[in-house]
Amino acid sequence: MSSFIDYTVNGLVIGNIYALLAVGLALIFGVSNLINFAHGSVYTIGAYVGWAAITFLHTPLPITMAIVFIASALVGMLIERVGLRPLQGSARIAPLLATIGISFVLDQVVQLVFSPNPRALPNDLPDWRIDIGGGSIGALDLLIAGVGVGSAAMLFVFLRFTKLGYAVRATAQDREAALQMGVNVNAVNSAVFAIASALGGLSGLLVGMYYNHIDPAMSFQATLKGIVAQVIGGVGNVPGAIVGSLMLGLIESYGIALLGTTYRNLFAFALLILFLHFLPNGLFGGRSVLQSEPLAGAFIAPSKPIRLPRWALWALTGAAFALPLVIGAPYLLQTLTNAWLAAMLALSLTLMAGTAGQISFGHAGLLAIGAYASALLAVDLGAPAYLTVPAAGLITSALGTLLIFPAFRLRGHYIAIATLAIGEVVSLVILNWESLTRGAMGITSIPPLSIFGHEIYAIREVYWLCLAIVVGLALLQTRLLASHFGRTLRAIRDDDVAARSYGIGLERYKALAFAFGGFGAGVSGAITAHLYSYINHQTFDSQVSLLALTMVILGGMGNVVGAVIGAIVLVGLPEIFRVTAEYRILIYGIVLLLLIRFRPQGLMGTV
Amino acid sequence: MSVLLEIKGLTRRFDGVTAVKDFDLTIAEGELIGLIGPNGAGKTTSFNLISGLDRPDAGSIAFADRSIGGLGPEAIAALGLARTFQHGRVFANLSVEDNVLVGAHTRLRAVRPPWPVIGPLVELALALTRPASVQREEEALRAEAREILALFGDRLTPRLDHPAYSLSYANRRRLEIARALALKPRLLLLDEPTAGMNPTETAEMQALIATLKAGGLTILLIEHKLDMVMALSDRVCVLDNGTKIAEGAPQDVRRDPAVVEAYLGHSDVGAPSQAESVA
Repeated sequence: MSSFIDYTVNGLVIGNIYALLAVGLALIFGVSNLINFAHGSVYTIGAYVGWAAITFLHTPLPITMAIVFIASALVGMLIERVGLRPLQGSARIAPLLATIGISFVLDQVVQLVFSPNPRALPNDLPDWRIDIGGGSIGALDLLIAGVGVGSAAMLFVFLRFTKLGYAVRATAQDREAALQMGVNVNAVNSAVFAIASALGGLSGLLVGMYYNHIDPAMSFQATLKGIVAQVIGGVGNVPGAIVGSLMLGLIESYGIALLGTTYRNLFAFALLILFLHFLPNGLFGGRSVLQSEPLAGAFIAPSKPIRLPRWALWALTGAAFALPLVIGAPYLLQTLTNAWLAAMLALSLTLMAGTAGQISFGHAGLLAIGAYASALLAVDLGAPAYLTVPAAGLITSALGTLLIFPAFRLRGHYIAIATLAIGEVVSLVILNWESLTRGAMGITSIPPLSIFGHEIYAIREVYWLCLAIVVGLALLQTRLLASHFGRTLRAIRDDDVAARSYGIGLERYKALAFAFGGFGAGVSGAITAHLYSYINHQTFDSQVSLLALTMVILGGMGNVVGAVIGAIVLVGLPEIFRVTAEYRILIYGIVLLLLIRFRPQGLMGTV
Repeated sequence: MSVLLEIKGLTRRFDGVTAVKDFDLTIAEGELIGLIGPNGAGKTTSFNLISGLDRPDAGSIAFADRSIGGLGPEAIAALGLARTFQHGRVFANLSVEDNVLVGAHTRLRAVRPPWPVIGPLVELALALTRPASVQREEEALRAEAREILALFGDRLTPRLDHPAYSLSYANRRRLEIARALALKPRLLLLDEPTAGMNPTETAEMQALIATLKAGGLTILLIEHKLDMVMALSDRVCVLDNGTKIAEGAPQDVRRDPAVVEAYLGHSDVGAPSQAESVA
C-alpha cells in the first residue's frame, strides 16, 4: 500500500514534468501545425543552463529558474526564426525536418560545451518529507507540482485574457484569417515558441533536480515523451496534453513497479502505437474530417531531376569496381565500403520517404533487425553467411512491414512519429528480450562473411561484395520505379486522397514499398554485423536514422542515383577529412538545415 | 433505361452544421444531371459522400444496384465511378501521361492478379520482371491515354512529359477529366470542370462534355455557369443549405421561385415575408 502511494506520487510528479513539455508542443502545434522535434533539445539546454548557474554562479533556486526560463525562451525564439519562419510556403515536410536538424545541432553543441558525461544537478531544497498514508511527499515533489499547476494556470490566463493570447488562439484556429485581420503571425509564432520553450527548459531543470542527473542524451527521450503525451490527449490540444502527460507518468510509474526500469520507455511507445492505431485523434479529439485539398506538389519540392546519361553511370560504376585494383589504400576502401553500406540504407529510405512519401525516422530499427537476424542465425544455428545475409534481408522485410503496418492508416506527421517510435521499440525489445538477443551484453564473435566456405576478410573483397549489392539493389529499384508500381507510389505521395479515389489501396502499396525497401536495409545491417563481429542494441541508434534521412534529402527524394551520391558524400567526405565523431553529427545537422533552406530538391532533384 | 445511381435520405452533419440533409437523387444510365446551388449548398459534400471519401450520417447510396454506403473510395472506383475535384487534385510530380495512367489503375489486369495474400507480392514481382503480357497491357494503356488526351486538342498532347505542377490551372482541370476518363467510368462526377476558365475554354469544355454524353456516358455535373448546365443537362437538381429545393427539366427549374430565391437572395430580407404580407 505504501509503495502504491509512492508510485502514484512519483507518477504524478513525472507526469507534471511531461506536462510542461507537452503543453509547449501542443501550443506550437496549435499555431504552426508543426511537431517541434527540437523541443527536447530546449529541455536539455534548460537543464544545463540551470546546472551552470548553480555550479558557477551559486544562484539560489528562484534565480536559477528565472535564468533557465529566459535562456530557454531565447532558444525557442531562435528555433522559430531558423526552423519555421524562412520555410513558410515551402514543402509541408520542410519545417519538421528543420526542427530535426536543429535538434541535432543543439544537442551536439550541448555535448561539445558540457561534454557527453552525465552530471549531478544538486538542489538546495530542504530535505523534509511529509508522510501520507504510508508514502511520502518531499519538497521537490511539491515544487514540481506547484510549477506544473502554476504554469497551467498562467497559461490559461494568458490565452484567455491577454491580447497576445487572443492572437495566439486566433492564429491557431485560422492562420490566414488571423493574418488578414492584422495579427502579426510571425510575432505570435515567436511568442509561442518562447513560452513553450521556457516551460520546456524549466521541465528539464526540474527533472534534472528530481533524478540529480543530467546528460545530453536526455533530449531525444524528452521529445518522444512529450509527443506521446500529446498524442494521448489529442495533438495540439493544450488541456489534453496535460491529461495525457499525467496518464503517461502514472502508467510508466506503475509499469516500472510491476516490471522494472528497463521497461519504462516500452510502455510509453506501446501506448503511443496503441493510440495512433485506435484513437489517432487522442482522448479528446473528435471524428476526423476530410483534409482540405492540398496545393499541388506540397509534399516535396518539385524539381526537374538531373538525369545522368546511362553510359556515364556505367562508366562510374566500372570505375568504382576498378578502384581497388589501382589504389590499394585500405583506409580509402574501408571508407567507401562504409559508404556502400550506407547507400543500401539510403536506397531503402529514398523509396519509402521519397517515392512513397512515408517519412521514416526509425530506419535504424531495420538495420538492427537485419543485423540481429543474421548474427543470431550464424551464431546460434551456425548457418553460413551467404545464407544468413539474404535471410536477414527477408526477415527484415517481413518483420519491418508487419511492425509498421498499423501506422499506414496515419497521415503526414503521424507516420513520422510512428516510425520513430517503432525504431525505439525495436531497440528496447532487443534490450529486454534477453533469452534471444542476450540483452545489453550484445552478440559477440559473429563470424565473418563467407561464400561457399571462402571467407571474405580482405578489404578489397568486402568492398567488391558491398558495391555489387548496391549496384544490384539500385538496378532493381530503378526498374521498379519505371513500372506501374513506381507510378502508383508517387501518386500516393503526391495526393493520397486522389489516389484512393482512383482505386489505389494505400496500405497495399505502402506495405509493398516497405517490404522491398526493408530487404536492402536488412542486408546492410546484416553485413555490418558480420564486419563488426560485435553488435548490441545501441549499434544502430537514432543518429543513424537521421544520417540516412540527410543522405536521401541531399541526393534528392526518391532519386536512386542521388541516394548513392548522398551516401558517398556524407559518409565518405567526413572520413576523408578525418572529422571526429562529435563534429560529424553537428555537420550532418547543419547540412540538413542548409539543404532544406536552400536546395530542398537535393543535389540530383526529386523524382 | 436502368437506374445507375440511387441516393436516398443522404445526410451529413459537421459539428452541428448539416451540410447535406435528406438528399434523394436518382440517375438513370446515360443521363446527365446538373447539380447546382449557391456556395456552401452541399454539392461537393455530396460528391465526397458518393465517392466514398466521406461517410454519411444517414441515408443510402446504391450504385448499379449495389449498396456502396460503407465502401471506401478505392472500392467504389473499382466499381466504375470516377470523379474530379473542385480545386484540381492532380499528381503534381507525375507527368501528364502518368497522371492519366494512374486513372487506369483499376483496369490493370496483367500486373494485378486477384489472388488473395500472395497477389500483392506477385504484383511486385511482375512489376520487376515485366513479362510480355504486362508490357502489352502497359503499351495498350499508354496508347489509350494519348487518345484520351487528344480529346483536348492541343491543350495537353504537346505536354505529355511535363510534370503536372507545371500546367496552367485550366490544364489541370482538363488533366483531371482525362484521368477520370482513363478509368472507363460508368458514372462520372465532374466538380466544376470550368472553374477558372475563360469563355472560349468554357465553350470547349462544354463541347467535350456534350461529346462524352453523346457517347453514352452517365454524368453528374456540378457547375456554376448556369447557361452551360441548362444546355447540357437532361435534368437539373438544385441544392440550397444542404436540402434539395428543386429538381426537373432545365427550363422548369430555371423558373422555379425557390431556385430564383436561393440564387438572388431571400425576398424576405429587410421586408415582411410573403406569408406575413398575405396574412
